[in-house]
Amino acid sequence: MKEGYTLVYKRPDTLLKTRMHYCPGCFHSILHKLIMEVVEEMGIQNDVIGVSPVGCSVFAYDYMDVDFQEAAHGRACAVATGIKRTLPNHPVFTYQGDGDLAAIGLAETMHACNRGEKFSIFFVNNAIYGMTGGQMAPTTLEGQITTTSPYGRDPKNVGYPMKMAEMVSQLPGVAYCERVCLNNPANVRKAKKSIRKCFEIQAQNLGTTFLEVVSNCPTNWRLSPIKTLDFVENNMLKYYPLGVKKDVTATEEK
Amino acid sequence: MAAKGLVEISVETCKGCGLCVHYCPMKCLAINEADTNSYGLHYAQSVEPDKCIGCANCAVMCPDGAITVYKQSN
Ligand SMILES: Cc1ncc(C[n+]2csc(CCOP(=O)(O)OP(=O)(O)O)c2C)c(N)n1
Ligand code: SF4
Ligand code: SF4
Ligand code: SF4
Ligand SMILES: [Mg+2]
Repeated sequence: MKEGYTLVYKRPDTLLKTRMHYCPGCFHSILHKLIMEVVEEMGIQNDVIGVSPVGCSVFAYDYMDVDFQEAAHGRACAVATGIKRTLPNHPVFTYQGDGDLAAIGLAETMHACNRGEKFSIFFVNNAIYGMTGGQMAPTTLEGQITTTSPYGRDPKNVGYPMKMAEMVSQLPGVAYCERVCLNNPANVRKAKKSIRKCFEIQAQNLGTTFLEVVSNCPTNWRLSPIKTLDFVENNMLKYYPLGVKKDVTATEEK
Repeated sequence: MAAKGLVEISVETCKGCGLCVHYCPMKCLAINEADTNSYGLHYAQSVEPDKCIGCANCAVMCPDGAITVYKQSN
């Protein structure tokens, strides 16, 4: 395209040209881009089916150029169960925030994972209800100020933040479970490999694949996009350690 | 010295978040504080294009996919 130059990186064609509504610097957009890069590279654009949540990513289907079904708030795993069981040869994924997956949809999430439903769950943990104006989520950190915890989250009253990846990894139905983050280029590149791994293990029908993505919310954290990087590094990642929590393919290889 | 890398940033797609500026190892990029795109947002631009090594860190981080990266072919 450019004479004397070779292409190193471009926005994937599987991500529609539509302008995404996300706030500047919101990691939701990075994750959309990554999932679509993997879909493009694996050549599964015509097969894959996504299930979008209620939350800031409610319009995910407007941006990712693949088949999509919108679910009621928290019910993405139930909807994906139906889709995957009806169309077992199609890769299926849910895309859910922490309010969607860990609050109103906790039952659906845990039971789908416990049943070992063979789809991938991409779980965006930004420790807040982004869409509705920054209320406390099950994942909000201890002491973190939100509109419904104006003095900081107090575990004595509302419990401790839930470590979904660790919880889900205890369920026998889960084949792969990892926590990744999008706070720097190295971690973004790593997260992309993990998304691919989820789709690959899904194709082997080994069980549920769960990827928790530690994310940000510049708007409701009341921080500039750059300042959210510090909060992620110094607060989120201290409580939510990155890494593979479970991988049945790793033990099989031994 | 000739540039080894080249970035193109879509002014209209950019939301001026600054993540690309923050993660460019060669300090090639900056937010144009004097101008805005049609959405009223300041946008990123390459101010030291000669220093670009084509590492694509900026584009990998860019939430909105506003950046395309090329490398000089030998
Ligand atoms: C049944 C129902 N209850 C409550 C709501 C209001 N509501 C919309 S989004 C949301 C939470 C969103 O938070 P999260 O899932 O963390 O997504 P984020 O916006 O942070 O990405 C809530 C409570 C709703 N739409 N439907
Ligand atoms: S409110 Fe938060 S989560 Fe929602 S788009 Fe804005 S920054 Fe992202
Ligand atoms: S490709 Fe690398 S060196 Fe060039 S502008 Fe982007 S981050 Fe900087
Ligand atoms: S990362 Fe993308 S949206 Fe953010 S300032 Fe750079 S080019 Fe603009
Ligand atoms: Mg959230």
